[in-house]
Amino acid sequence: MTVIEASSQALSLNQRIRALVFSQEGVLLLITIVAVAALSALSEPFRSVENFLNQGRLLTEIGLVALPMTYIIITGGIDLSVGSIFGLTAVILGYTWQNLGFPLELAIITSLIVATIAGFINGWFIVRVGVPPLIMTLATLALYRGLAEGIAQARSARGYPDWFYQLGQRDLLGVPTQLWILIVAAIIAAIILARTPFGRSLYAIGNNETAARFSGIPVGRNKMLIYAFSGLMAGLAGYIFVSRVSTTRSDMGTGLELDVIAAVVLGGTSIFGGTGSVPGTIIGVILIQLLKNGLSLTGVTGDSTIVVIGTVLILSILVNNFIQRRSGRMSS
Amino acid sequence: MAAITREKFQRSAAASSADILKRLANQEVILLAAIVLLTLFVSLYEMGALGRAQPRFLSERNVVLVLQGNAYIAVAAIGMSLVIISGNIDISVGSLIGVLAVVGGNLAVWLDKNSLPVWIAWIAPLFLGGLAGAVNGFLVAYLRIPAIVVTLGMLSILKGGLISVTGGEWIKDLPTSYFLSQQRPLSGLPEMLGNPEGFLGYLASVIGQLPVPVYAMFILTIAAALWMKYSAFGRSVYAVGGNAEAARLSGLSTQSIVFRVFIINGVFVGIASVLFATQLSIIQSTVPAGVELLIITSAVVGGVSILGGTGTAVGAMLAAILLSAITAALLFMNVSPYWTKAFQGVLILITVLADIVRRRRQARQISG
Repeated sequence: MTVIEASSQALSLNQRIRALVFSQEGVLLLITIVAVAALSALSEPFRSVENFLNQGRLLTEIGLVALPMTYIIITGGIDLSVGSIFGLTAVILGYTWQNLGFPLELAIITSLIVATIAGFINGWFIVRVGVPPLIMTLATLALYRGLAEGIAQARSARGYPDWFYQLGQRDLLGVPTQLWILIVAAIIAAIILARTPFGRSLYAIGNNETAARFSGIPVGRNKMLIYAFSGLMAGLAGYIFVSRVSTTRSDMGTGLELDVIAAVVLGGTSIFGGTGSVPGTIIGVILIQLLKNGLSLTGVTGDSTIVVIGTVLILSILVNNFIQRRSGRMSS
Repeated sequence: MAAITREKFQRSAAASSADILKRLANQEVILLAAIVLLTLFVSLYEMGALGRAQPRFLSERNVVLVLQGNAYIAVAAIGMSLVIISGNIDISVGSLIGVLAVVGGNLAVWLDKNSLPVWIAWIAPLFLGGLAGAVNGFLVAYLRIPAIVVTLGMLSILKGGLISVTGGEWIKDLPTSYFLSQQRPLSGLPEMLGNPEGFLGYLASVIGQLPVPVYAMFILTIAAALWMKYSAFGRSVYAVGGNAEAARLSGLSTQSIVFRVFIINGVFVGIASVLFATQLSIIQSTVPAGVELLIITSAVVGGVSILGGTGTAVGAMLAAILLSAITAALLFMNVSPYWTKAFQGVLILITVLADIVRRRRQARQISG
């Protein structure tokens, strides 16, 4: 009896190791390491510490938006409106400060509240009215960007006081300020997803929403929460972006949703819902930024970089599918 | 006996009027009504608030522009409808239109220099579009990668590839014979009818001014609608989108159907790229921004359920026209063009909500 138990335990440990190596995160980590090694060998400036820190500054915005996007995609949903909320936040911040004469602190808070409400509106219609997430956020992608364009009327707001740039352009303890926010947010998001009943409920919703509802999970409330969270993080990213580039324009964050979804999917979150993790997403975000940076340093122009990212996205899923099919055959 | 017959008769009369109501309440009719209401509203606004004797919104020139504006979107939306009905999505269409427009433009310049027939530049994008569709379709259908991931990757590859290959250069000195979109097949119509007065004259003048893309839009939409409704393949696409497992068990090869749907979509995108490329005297070597969104929006607002299984090409065309009409309406009402997208967003929301309410009512009728 004990022998059987021990052997089954050993098997499960063995399986667990194999699962880790063969998981999307494992494959991705391997690709990332290979990419870093190759790029470091090819380019002197790539392997400098300043470069890595600077890349951390650049990936923060996508990273912040990718956290709630991971939650949403795990539940089987999607949020295409994040780029528009990002732009709307930037415009509201600039407009309330420069045109309505708000104190800058109040303008920041107002813009973040608007962003959260924008996300909550998505969630409310998806849950209460039953609009499919793809359609709802497609509509608000147009609506929120339209509001940003209408309010801004092609004006840009600039000339912020000096303290405003601390978040986007300066360092704290030798690390870009905004990178601290991403690190803390990612750790909290990872713990919530992996260790709390709320986080586990997201997987349950993604696997079988009806079953989740019948087992007493507040499906509607949890979904509205994550869409509002998505709005808030898109707003926060928009605020950090304004602080980094010192100006607001209504076209900010156009196409951001595609970068974010690419990072999340690259990180092993299934677009069909039910699986995924925050560490995977973070690796996806890092890999995309490393590729962008490394290729541009080795003389590849910015536009060819997008080609590589697209190819990596498709290939990583292909490889993952292949490995899972093989390991599935081995265990059966 | 007589009583029974009368009751039966009454019941069938009630059923048929309910049937007519149901048919009237479908998405195409809602969209047509929206276009008519919008036209009425703008015209009255122009005459009332702006004091114009004749609403400029209804001028021949504007009607033609509204129909022409989104014709290439409507054509691409036919392919998109098929893709979405089959339960998939393609977000690479905007990039593909950009790439094929540049390929077609360069080809036209090259053909003209070597005194070869320029119409080859109208045909080649169709094949290349089909080829790109085949790549997408192969990855989705046979390698089983989710369509949103495949086409997201393809979007990046096409967009980045286009700019890095061309360096963002514009194509100028296109041969005049290339400009398909400026040819007006029925320009002699008013003369043929003896320059009639009144409404008939107005109609003849509008039709006379319609360029090729508008005809392409109408003909392709009607052909696609009939084909999707009556051909075996068309029905099988609905079957796959409605319930892939059931379709497979009833003997349909779902993989080959999805593969072919993507190829057909690529061909429609190829046609759309020709309509797009031949309307301006220069072709920019960049991907037109947000085109995929307009195309998906047209398909979805046109009544294609994003969950697969339902939808028509006619609805998609009407939605594309409505989107184009809204842009023009705001212009004629002196609203800042920066508000256009916000109005489009509100409109998309309203039509989607109307569709959901209608579906619920139908579901209740079926279950009750």
